[in-house]
Amino acid sequence: MAISEKDVKHVAWLARLALSDAEVEKFAKQLDVILEHAGKIAELDTKDVQPTAHAIPLKNVLREDKVGRCLAPEVALANAPHQEDQAFVVPRIV
Amino acid sequence: MELFKLTIHELHEKLVSKEISAKELAQSVFSRIDDVEERVKSYITVTRDVALAKADEIDKKIAGGERIGPLAGIPTAIKDVMNTEGIRTTCGSKILDNYIPVYTSTAVKNLLEEGIVMTGKTNMDEFAMGSSTENSGFFVTHNPWDLERVPGGSSGGSASVVAADEAIFSLGSDTGGSIRQPAALCGIVGMKPTYGLVSRFGLIAFASSLDQIGPFTKDVTDCAIVLNHLIGHDINDSTSVKIDKPDYTKALVNDLNGIKIGVPKELMAEGIDSKIKAVIENSLKLLEANGAVVAETSLPNIEHSLSAYYIIAPAEASSNLARFDGVRYGYRVPDAVDLIDMYMRTRAEGFGDEVKRRIMLGTYALSAGYYDAYYGQAQKVRTLIIDDFNRAFTDYDVLVSPTTPTTAFKIGEKVDDPLKMYLSDICTIPVNLAGLPGISVPCGTVDGLPVGLQVIGKTLGEEMMLRVAYSFEQSFGWSEKPKL
Repeated sequence: MAISEKDVKHVAWLARLALSDAEVEKFAKQLDVILEHAGKIAELDTKDVQPTAHAIPLKNVLREDKVGRCLAPEVALANAPHQEDQAFVVPRIV
Repeated sequence: MELFKLTIHELHEKLVSKEISAKELAQSVFSRIDDVEERVKSYITVTRDVALAKADEIDKKIAGGERIGPLAGIPTAIKDVMNTEGIRTTCGSKILDNYIPVYTSTAVKNLLEEGIVMTGKTNMDEFAMGSSTENSGFFVTHNPWDLERVPGGSSGGSASVVAADEAIFSLGSDTGGSIRQPAALCGIVGMKPTYGLVSRFGLIAFASSLDQIGPFTKDVTDCAIVLNHLIGHDINDSTSVKIDKPDYTKALVNDLNGIKIGVPKELMAEGIDSKIKAVIENSLKLLEANGAVVAETSLPNIEHSLSAYYIIAPAEASSNLARFDGVRYGYRVPDAVDLIDMYMRTRAEGFGDEVKRRIMLGTYALSAGYYDAYYGQAQKVRTLIIDDFNRAFTDYDVLVSPTTPTTAFKIGEKVDDPLKMYLSDICTIPVNLAGLPGISVPCGTVDGLPVGLQVIGKTLGEEMMLRVAYSFEQSFGWSEKPKL
């Protein structure tokens, strides 16, 4: 098996996804099938192959360092589920 | 006259000669929407008032003797993955159900400046993850050719909207085939440009190294016209390429004399429906009759594309989708006890199953102990696939293949088997991994359902790709429409 229910619980925690026990069981089965398939590439010999992160070679994309337009505070906050005094309000952290 | 059936280039002539007004055209399209939308369900949001106001504006320009561009007054639908200022943009997800963007994506802005009349935002698989539009958080879109079948995905609404004449053209996004696959399944033209040709600024990100915006149109000429106005360097997208803008309509030459076309044997192998293969064989004969030299070639590592893609794309997605956390926009659970509880339940309630699967796949592939075996290896396989394409392109001007292994499948047929669903993108995914341009053109039907021919170009080789697609379209003479 490529992935266990315990792994799924751990990954869901890392990704901040609450899952029910039934979901853990379902996703473990589905992810196992997918990883089983995707994991076949491990057999390929890639000893001298460089990894590709981007298909089009680009490096050091720079622009002039000058101030541009930015969103006004009320615009930036327009979609906030909860806002107060030009700030995003979130539930208790600690 | 049924104006909604016409192409951009046909309508432009009528607008310029004042035979029709932009308002008449918009009204024609909206009456078509009123007739068929209930059955097809292409749109998440219809923007009728905004559209009619814009049409009036264009009519005033024409009346005032102002010159208008080829897209002015043309009713256009936009996939709901692109931000549109002041107009709800959901990305097909409950988590963005109430999201009203405060800016417009560059691609849409470019077209709005050309005078398009935006008709609305189209349905899609949630966060563009899917091949059938069944993963939409809202409803399922139906294929206009057979309402019991899927339109493909993830840009299913943008494909069905054009096939059903509910817009003259539309925009979609393509990460692993999400423009070309639904275009093939709906019998229209769909094109993914070279990575970087079209700005991704304001495109809600799925897999940033693969995503690209492109058009759905009724013919190849319209595709070239839209592309002319879609592309360009954007300071807001550091991966957008700087090139002199070509006039792609100049590439529309109906002649393939001496053009070398390679057919990768791996894309005509098992897994491709035999009836589709027969349609493609016929298409190859047409290309030869038009002067092209057609020969079999090989991309030996392409069989690993799907595996590499289903590691790389979810890995990038798991990172991109971290932003949906209930803090700055979108859904938030109302009764969270603390921050972690809010994150966990907001995302659990806001995301659908496919999005959760991909986030977890990506998180797993990037997590300690698995990174080298999965993500690192997938990036190396990506290099091998790019090398295969580069080798093939030393011998050939373009490559052609079927766009999809089967015609449109039944709604519900693959929805419980993610891997089976993923396999419907085997012909299109390698093109994204290599960043190449690809176009799907209608090339026939199997049992009354459309089949697409995929033409793959070299990096920034859009002109040659369009020439081959155009020549094929001219000699094939496709005119079939779904009966709605």
